[in-house]
Amino acid sequence: MSAKSLFSAPARRMAIAPYVWMVLFFLLPFGFVVKISLSQTVLAQPPYLPVFDLSGGMAGLRDAFAALSLDNFRALLADHLYVASYLRSVVVAFTSTVLLLVVGYPIAYGMARLPRRWQGVAMMLVIVPFWTSFLIRIYAWMNILQHDGLLNQVLLALHVVSAPVVWLSTDSAMYLGIVYSYLPFMILPLYATLAKLDPMLLEAAADLGVSRANAFWMVTVPLSWRGMFAGALLCFIPIVGEFVIPDLLAGSDAMMIGQTLWLEFFTNKDWPLASALAVVLLGLLLVPLLVYDRVQRRQLEHR
Amino acid sequence: MTNSADTIDKAAAEDTVVVAYPAPLLRIDTVTRRFGAHIAVDGLSLDIQAGEFFALLGPSGCGKTTLLRMLAGFETPDEGRIALNGEDIAAVPPHRRPVNMMFQNYALFPHLNVRDNIGFGLKTAGLTRAGIDERVAEMVALVKLDGLEKRKPDQLSGGQRQRVALARALARHPQLLLLDEPLAALDKKLREETQAELMALQRQLGLTFVIVTHDQDEAMSMADRIGVMKDGRLQQVATPRRLYEAPASRWVAEFVGDINMIEGDIRVRDAHRLTIEGRGVGTLFAVEPREAVSGDEVCLAIRPEKIRLSRRGLAPGLNHSGGMNSVEGVVSDVGYLGGRSIYRLKLDYGGMLRVALANTARLDVDSYGIDERVTAWFTPDDCVVLPR
Amino acid sequence: MATHPLRLSRFNIVSLALGFAFLYLPIVILMIYSFNASELVTVWGGWSARWYVAFFNDGAMLDAARMSAGVAVVSATLATLLGTLAAVALTRGGGFRGRTLMSGMLYAPLVLPEVITGLSLLLLFVAVDAGRGFWTVTIAHTTLTMCFVTVIVQSRLAALDRSLEEAAMDLGRDPFRAFTAVTLPLIWPAVAAGWMLAFTLSLDDLVIASFTTGPGSATLPIRIYSEVRRGVKPEINAICTLIVGFIAMLIVLASLATKLSSSRAESAAPL
Repeated sequence: MSAKSLFSAPARRMAIAPYVWMVLFFLLPFGFVVKISLSQTVLAQPPYLPVFDLSGGMAGLRDAFAALSLDNFRALLADHLYVASYLRSVVVAFTSTVLLLVVGYPIAYGMARLPRRWQGVAMMLVIVPFWTSFLIRIYAWMNILQHDGLLNQVLLALHVVSAPVVWLSTDSAMYLGIVYSYLPFMILPLYATLAKLDPMLLEAAADLGVSRANAFWMVTVPLSWRGMFAGALLCFIPIVGEFVIPDLLAGSDAMMIGQTLWLEFFTNKDWPLASALAVVLLGLLLVPLLVYDRVQRRQLEHR
Repeated sequence: MTNSADTIDKAAAEDTVVVAYPAPLLRIDTVTRRFGAHIAVDGLSLDIQAGEFFALLGPSGCGKTTLLRMLAGFETPDEGRIALNGEDIAAVPPHRRPVNMMFQNYALFPHLNVRDNIGFGLKTAGLTRAGIDERVAEMVALVKLDGLEKRKPDQLSGGQRQRVALARALARHPQLLLLDEPLAALDKKLREETQAELMALQRQLGLTFVIVTHDQDEAMSMADRIGVMKDGRLQQVATPRRLYEAPASRWVAEFVGDINMIEGDIRVRDAHRLTIEGRGVGTLFAVEPREAVSGDEVCLAIRPEKIRLSRRGLAPGLNHSGGMNSVEGVVSDVGYLGGRSIYRLKLDYGGMLRVALANTARLDVDSYGIDERVTAWFTPDDCVVLPR
Repeated sequence: MATHPLRLSRFNIVSLALGFAFLYLPIVILMIYSFNASELVTVWGGWSARWYVAFFNDGAMLDAARMSAGVAVVSATLATLLGTLAAVALTRGGGFRGRTLMSGMLYAPLVLPEVITGLSLLLLFVAVDAGRGFWTVTIAHTTLTMCFVTVIVQSRLAALDRSLEEAAMDLGRDPFRAFTAVTLPLIWPAVAAGWMLAFTLSLDDLVIASFTTGPGSATLPIRIYSEVRRGVKPEINAICTLIVGFIAMLIVLASLATKLSSSRAESAAPL
């Protein structure tokens, strides 16, 4: 027994309520997603069959189980549309993550080099937009990027272009929106790692004849890989399933998987197919999710 | 010093037997505590008397803090018993022990003011509201913090925070007060003042204090008895004087204070005197220690301040045949420390000797210079013979 | 840990300036245009508050705002309660059976695409035939925001000086009362910050609310989104500015409160 253990018994008991909640409202729903993905669409309420309903007794349940099938998954793989959607999502997420790294790293680096008193303020400044409505921020860009919006006005005034450029409903606008929204997710872990970097290391490099530019690539970047990794995962995984940004800013020819899911669910009312899409998406993300969980756990233990 | 320690000390010196031993307040009986493969406290036994100021002294990692935490209840021994007033308290949780602790970093509650900090422990002590107020006022006066009751810890100086921590720990009138490196965070001036105050407080209240420290001076000046620990075991438990002048082992002799070691072999054991053949040094004389040394391989230990220097060899009467120890050498280094100077001698036989002489005269008339040839001499009584 | 930060190079300053401008410019522009008297974004018609008036006269929008606010308050409170309990269990509970599962479940909503969590919750509600509306959205938001609260409270708990709890026990409190008397007051700012984060996340959520709400009850983001799909509207500018202003105010209050209490806790140690 030790002081630690005197606390752990009551502390453990506190886990019960949140645990039960999460099992009920997080784990259990996934079971439903899987089950629905194996069902068929019907024009009814709820719009799927079979419905597991105990009124039919054991026989009823057995019949219901028999009615489950992998039809939805077959349809998914057969139709080029869906596969293309998944591919596009992964490509967009990957590209965005790279862009986020390129844009976020200098900012995080600058923050880490600020005098100590200003670093707290800087972090606050980065977090505030994050806490401000996500939708609003995307909308703000719509404002600026529209045909007669501010960006075109400025460009026309500066004679950079002779006619208004179409910004909205393009992939460029979508990438801009994604980078804009996810920047705090990339900056914060990067900044946390960079702030812990010992400046003596760079001084030692200079003392050994390494130029500042080279020292950056040879010392700073390798030592910050953990922050980069955390930031990359924190961005990549949710971007794959993004819906709002591509819906508002991107063109309508190619859709990301989030949009496809939404379409199937709300417009086509095909719940089983949407569920199948979700299951496959989850499967795709399983590996990055597990990696993220492992990284997260190790971060906590290091504290 | 308390009477019990005095009595024990004198009795030990005179080899008499003390008939009446008061029952100890705290009896630690063969206690062991392991952390994985590392044994922090190893089969340690110790008695602490009521009203004593006891110090646990040792290098970092020796297990003294673990032992203290076991007394407080934050660790439980894996083996052994801890008895307070004869009752086993090893299984009693900290909030039910009549033992209180003053933490090294004070652990003052930042959201409470001085008065609420001090009174924190009294809410569960079964006192009435009036009783609590009275006790708090008593404590505030005791540690001289009058007028600061409404302040929060971040509005106090380091010394003031320490007093709050002390008052808080004393408020419940514990039978045993534990202090974890109480003076470590204070600067030198404050440290000396606080030492005196702690000693006065302990005497005034008649409480039993156990302090843990790595600072020898602190332990020596404050404690009635000191327990020197190394690697989870007690090396010696004795009064400061005995610890310094009669160390039980070579390690203790070298740990406490500065000392010279001369290795040698016992040639003659005669009545209470030993004749030792020092390695290269020649013949040295010493008094037989109370616990006879088995074997002939010994170390002759002599404290630097017990040695005297002379330029022209020993005066007649003070020489070998008279039983005096002397060695010849050359001054290789002088360290001037203000009140005293440390002379490092390179002895003819090859060894080094450190000699501490008080600078008793202000004007530097007669001090020894570098490369000067001197004779160092010391009496057999001033030597300690230790197993090698 | 860095003992002295390095000098800022010109590159650093430029990247910081550009970075923060990038983050804030769109919002600032939006706020300015919310006061544009002219309906067209291209023309500046002078300062006017007409769009704010239009908002307050728009019944549907106000209903949506009211529902959003209600959901946000309830779900934030629930999420804070559960999230704090979880944080305590994870920080002080040592290893217990199901700990890995619990932390996995808690952190997953942080990264999972919202379409997945939204869809799964909806299917749950349909399966148990729960009427979709205020309460289903609230439950969904609680589930989503709980992990944010846990992260914040957990980091504050981990940084807390353990010896304070030991001192409380030494002075006669049993472990539970030591917690309530000492630990809880000291993590309070983190709990409050968690509440505020959960509140803003709930207020802002579009995807999950869309899945879990019922016919007739729309939250503010759902309303805004349906308007915005059809193009930029000046009234939306006004609504957005109001929301941004409100949240900014909350954040400033929160950071002031946190700074006050954390500096007190730090300076209570010796030195």
